[in-house]
Order: sequence, then C-alpha cells, then structure tokens
Amino acid sequence: MALITPDKLKSSYDVIVVGSGAGGGQTAYTLTLEGIKVLMLEAGRNYVPETETPMFETPDQAPLRGAGTPDKPFGFHDSTIDGGWTVPGEPYTSANNERGRKFEWWRARMLGGRTNHWGRYSFRNGQYDFKPRTRDGLGFDWPMDYADLAPYYDKVEMLIGVYGENDGLENTPDSPPGVLLPAPKPRVGDLLFRKHAGRLGIPVVAAHRAVLTKRLDAGNLPAKLHPGNPAAQRLVREAMEGRAACYWATECGRGCAIRATYQSTTVHLPPAMASGNLDLVTNAMAREVTTAPDGKASGVTFIDKTTGREHRAAGRVIVLAASSGETVRLLLNSKSARFPQGLANSSGLVGKYLMDTVGANFSGQIPALEDLPPHNEDGAGGAHVYAPWWQYQEQLAGKLGFARGYHIEIDGGRRLPTMRTTSGLEWVTGGSYGRKFKEDARRYYGSFLSFSGRGDMIPNEDSFCELDPAVKDKWGIPALRFHWKWSEHEIRQAAHMQQTFADIVSAMGGKMRQPPEKDGAKAIANGGVIIHEVGGAIMGTDPAKSVTNQWSQTWDVPNLFLTDGAPFCSNADKNPTLTIMAQAWRAADHIVAELKKHNL
Amino acid sequence: MNTTPSRMDRRTALKWMLAAAATTALASRYAHGQGPAPAAQGYGTDPDLLKHYQPGDVWPLTFTDTQRRTAAALCDVIIPADDRSPAASAVGVVDFLDEWISAPYPAQVADRGIVLPGLAWIDAESSRRFGRAFAELDAAQQASIGDDICHAATAKPEFREAARFFATYRDLTAGGFYTTPQGRQDLRYVGNMPLATFDGPPPEVLRKVGLL
Repeated sequence: MALITPDKLKSSYDVIVVGSGAGGGQTAYTLTLEGIKVLMLEAGRNYVPETETPMFETPDQAPLRGAGTPDKPFGFHDSTIDGGWTVPGEPYTSANNERGRKFEWWRARMLGGRTNHWGRYSFRNGQYDFKPRTRDGLGFDWPMDYADLAPYYDKVEMLIGVYGENDGLENTPDSPPGVLLPAPKPRVGDLLFRKHAGRLGIPVVAAHRAVLTKRLDAGNLPAKLHPGNPAAQRLVREAMEGRAACYWATECGRGCAIRATYQSTTVHLPPAMASGNLDLVTNAMAREVTTAPDGKASGVTFIDKTTGREHRAAGRVIVLAASSGETVRLLLNSKSARFPQGLANSSGLVGKYLMDTVGANFSGQIPALEDLPPHNEDGAGGAHVYAPWWQYQEQLAGKLGFARGYHIEIDGGRRLPTMRTTSGLEWVTGGSYGRKFKEDARRYYGSFLSFSGRGDMIPNEDSFCELDPAVKDKWGIPALRFHWKWSEHEIRQAAHMQQTFADIVSAMGGKMRQPPEKDGAKAIANGGVIIHEVGGAIMGTDPAKSVTNQWSQTWDVPNLFLTDGAPFCSNADKNPTLTIMAQAWRAADHIVAELKKHNL
Repeated sequence: MNTTPSRMDRRTALKWMLAAAATTALASRYAHGQGPAPAAQGYGTDPDLLKHYQPGDVWPLTFTDTQRRTAAALCDVIIPADDRSPAASAVGVVDFLDEWISAPYPAQVADRGIVLPGLAWIDAESSRRFGRAFAELDAAQQASIGDDICHAATAKPEFREAARFFATYRDLTAGGFYTTPQGRQDLRYVGNMPLATFDGPPPEVLRKVGLL
C-alpha cells in the first residue's frame, strides 16, 4: 500500500497523474504495471468499497427513507462522497441560468471519483462516431479510426469485465469472441419492451454493462492483457481473483463491496497499488501545473485539504485526468509568462467544445405488468437490455431533421421499494385511500416502465467553460464559468425521443400520465445533467485547431497528457466511460514507449 | 435524542429561528405559525452509510402532541390495517413523517409548509363538521372528509388546496410504509438477498403476460 501523506513525497516521479477515476485509474494501472513510478493526486478522501458499501441496507434504515437531498442527491445509500451538483466551498457558475442554457456539474470528491456510482453502461464508439464530420459534415473527426482503438476496447473489456452480446448491428461494434461476459436474462418488462419495440423496428438487445455475471478468467486473461510481462500478469491475476461475481442484489450506484462491478477502486487501483510503483495522495486539490524554463511541464502544485498547506510534486510527465471540467480548469489556471492564456492553450481552444449527452425521459404504466406473481427482479443492479440507435440510414438521408442518434435505456419492475415506488399514483388510482389504496399499491407495484434517451451532442461554439472572473474556491483557486446552448439537432432529437417512447408505451398497451412533449427544448435535460461531460481540450491533427494529438498529448507541451474525456471531439450516444478507459490505456502505452525512447 | 423545541434553551432556539428565517421564507409563508421551521444540521456530504438510523438520530423531531395525534389518525385513514399488513402508524410511519417535516433540506422544508397547515386544516374541518378533532372522529366521519380531498383533479374548488395537501401526505405516508419490512412484504417484494443465479421471470409470470 502506498497511500502517503504529502510529507512522504519522493523528490520526483516518472509520471504524475491528477485524478483517480476511469481515466486516471486506467493510466496509473497501465503505467505502474510497466514499471513506471507514478504519483496519483486525488482531490477527495480515500475510499474503500469493500468496507464502506451499504450492500443490503434498506431505505428504512436511512434518514428520510434514503430520499435524495442536496447532501446526497442520488439518495442516502448512493456511493458518492462529498459530491453532487454542488460541493461545499467549491463553487462554479453558469453564465445563463435559464432552462436549456444552464450547465450543471456533478463532481465526486473521493478515490475513484464518479466510477464508484456510475451506471456501468459500457458501449464502444463505432466507426461513424470517430468520423462524424466525414459522414454528415458536422462537428469534428477524431484523428484516429475505430480500428486504432478496437484493441484497447478489447483489453479494457477483458480487464474490467463487461456483460453483453454481439448483435452485428450498424455502428454498434461487436467484441471478439470470448471477450464479453454472458448477458443476464431479461426481466419481464424487458421482454415486453423487446416484443413491442421490435414491431416498431427498434432492436432491443442485451445491454453492455461492467458487471461480472461470472468470475473473470484469472488463469488466461492476464497473459492476453500483458503479454511478455509476467510481473504484471501475476498482479492482475491476483486482482481478478479478488473479485466475486454479482450475487444479483444491490443497485450498482451504491458501489460494490464484493468488487463485482467496475470501479476504479475495485479494478484499476488494487493491482497498481500492489505493484509498488504507485504513490497516492488523497485530499490533494491540484492548483496548477508548473513548467520549467524549457516550456515542459515540471510538476503539480496542490493543496493538502487536511492542513490547507500547499505542496509541489515533481514529475517528468504530467497526466491530467481530473474530469473534463477540472482538467480544463487546471490548464487555464496554469498561467505563466510563457503561457499567458494557460497551459497548452496556444490554440485558444482550452475550454471550448464542451459536450454532454442529450437526455429525455418518459414513463408509462403497463397493465400487462399489474398483479404479477412475486418474483425477484433485482438482477444485475441495473439494466439488462437496451435499444441501440437504429435509424442511421434514414438519418443520413435527411429524413429525421436531426443529425445524430440516441440509444434507449429502460428502468422499472419489482425493485426494492423506495419513497418513489408508491408516489404520485393518483393519476392511475383516481385518488384512492384506505384499503382500496393498499389494493392499488399491490396492483400497480412493478407495472411502471421508464425510458431514457441518451443521445449524441454535436460540439458547438456556444457550449464552453472559462475561468470565472470573480469566483474562487475556498483555497483561492479561480472557479469555472459554464456557457451552454443546445443546437436544433439536439432539441429535435429530444422531441423524437419523446414521441418514440410514447409509441413504445402505446404499443405495449400502456397508459401515459401526459402526452409526449413535442417541444424538444422542454424535454431536454440541462447540460451536464446526464453527467457525461466531455470535450474542452479536443484532439485533432492540426495544432491550431485542437489541443492534443491522437495520443491525448498536448501539442504545446509534449510531456503533458490529458487522459479523461477532455480530448473527445465528439460525444456519441455510447456513454463515454469505456472510451475514456480505452483511450487512456492507448495514451499510457504511448507514454511508456516515448519514455523508453527518451522522447519525454 | 427526540429534542423538541420546547425543551431547547433560549439561545439554541434563537439560533434556529435566525437560520430558519434565512432559508425557509417560502415555507414559513404557508406555515402560518405552525411551529418553528427546522434549521438543524443535515447529515452532511459524508455520512456513515452502514449505520442504521432512527427518526430523530440526525435532527430533532418537531411534531407537537396535537400534530402527532392528527398525523397518526390521518396516516391510518390512508393505510389502515388489513389482512395482509398492519396500519401505517403501527410500523413507525408517524415518526418518519415527523423526521421528514423536521428535516433541514429544501424539499422537506417545503413539505413542512404543506403538511403542518394541512393537519391544522383537517382538525379545523373536523371541528366545523363534527365538533371534534380528526383523531376523535369515527371511520365514516373521517371518510366524509377524506372523500372530499382525496383526488386533486376532481376536488371541489373549496377543497382543492386541502386535496394538494392530501396528495403530498398520501405520498409521504405510503413511502414511509412501503419501505418498512412489513410494507415490502405487503407488496411481495422478494429481493435484496444474494442469489447464486439470476433465472429471469418464472414461467407463471411469462404465461400471465402472454409470452409463454
């Protein structure tokens, strides 16, 4: 274990990684297993899922029956620590607070960051998603192809464990045989969804989620992940042996004490720590990347939140993986005579082209699901099926009025009752109370299904962040100010989601509380609300038009890398986490190679 | 803990009132003097998630005896005992309601501004119709009031505000009840236990929905 306090810092490290989530965790994993000496800085406290996760606690054991509050916005038992839409002492601002123009920023100040509570959806970008501009003339192409990242998708899926099936669908890549874990059986609502959506031409297939439906093959996978590196193979084998398969209970958002789901803290950090090559400082709020006279990055200054004292760590290579927003903030706050607009910002594009995911929801009450015989629907703590985008050709032909697609997520069923389970039933019960209400509660329990669209957002000039001219956090570090605007593509897409979900509910014979929202601007969630913020330091082939190259290496500062979502130059409807990890592994491989060649 | 405002020393009470004034302007507008709005501390952003909490553990409960009596009667009108499960008040729902309306968070402060005036209204209405508090009425008398306010969409104009209160109160009562072990059992929820395999819906379920 190399959890250290700042006074135990070594004089210099090969690489400093800021952030411990999907990007930072993957970067540190890859580097330390290749023998690189790494320091990781995490702004939150240490977190131990094995001992801190409330696996079987029920809402009646929590204050307010576990309902969300500003202290715990996703509910009391959600894993998020010191986080949410606001973090005390760490403000951010929105230039415009109107609906649709406001940006809401979810942060988690804890080891592993947002990987502890995420939805575990793990989708690969397809080739269209890497070359969107080539395909429809909008946004930016990535300076790489699907084929460049495919081997890393394979490796990440084998490492973290992803269930799913290969369906051979357009722009929805299959994994090689033997990579995916078996998909869990669909719940009854999933089967009805598949039957009725199928008649509308919408394919419903196994979801891809980072949950172990069986134990990882610790005997064979390590050699595939780390060929020729027996030390790494041993560490990964031991880490895999320490992970149990899902026991079909507990929402994944609580985190997982038996390590059956991917969290940076259950997958990436254990072998990195065991390698002896990782020093970790928690409660370390990074302030600035320092530079040497030659213009290269030389280290990171940070505040020890437990003492308020500032420290500096030195490294040959600096990797920022603090989340798109925090990475941008660090770059903009790293000003010097040589870099007056902030670091790696000669293009002026740091902070620009921020993206989130388009989100809209709709739910229905399905009479066919009323009064079902009791059975356990907990399952894998999240969705078992989903519908990938299905109208690529109609869209390309210009028939839809918006350029990019979305996938559909489904939720519902006979799940652990919460404050919401029996809330707002008046529209189906007609206002019953007393014995009749108890009968109604039994009848309707488990009969509601909700559908969420998660769609591609095209980067635009009006969605960006910058330093707020006045607001600082409690350590005096300038805070971010966000600007946001959806284009007509996203707004029409949200309206399309509403109509599609209403069609699905109707096809299932379901009832709707209100008609689908035809105005996409009213249906679309505010920027940031889906918690998929990426971009802000986009990659490209031209240093004047991008911040990094295809290795997430900044053009201006060759020993500075960004391995979170910041370099994304599109945000497909595939949820960003798996791609963050695949690209972080690829960037880390590049760092290893360049260090060996003494290029950094 | 169960510290009620009446047992607080004057300085603590003053501190509460000042903090309340800053955060609960909206709620107090509706509260019409239905007791001080709470200004206690929440559980913070890093609470112990493994601890099992009781109402009153984190912030003091604030129902007066009268409010508690009316609250209990009303939640049992909404969820009475039947052959499958007990009444709401028998499984701690009144304490939960008290915890909810005493909490320092915005949503709960807003609900306090609905629930306390609502409980006062229902006693006043009981008194007007039958000359007794709601808790003292017989079932038919309670139902005569309940029927007037149980459905906001069709309530007469003079009962519309009370109907909005009733909708909130029914959601809170039901949420409090169906999250208890007895409530989960009533719904025939059978999960939250480790399983060796997940087998999907059994044949009787598939048959019922026409998939087998």
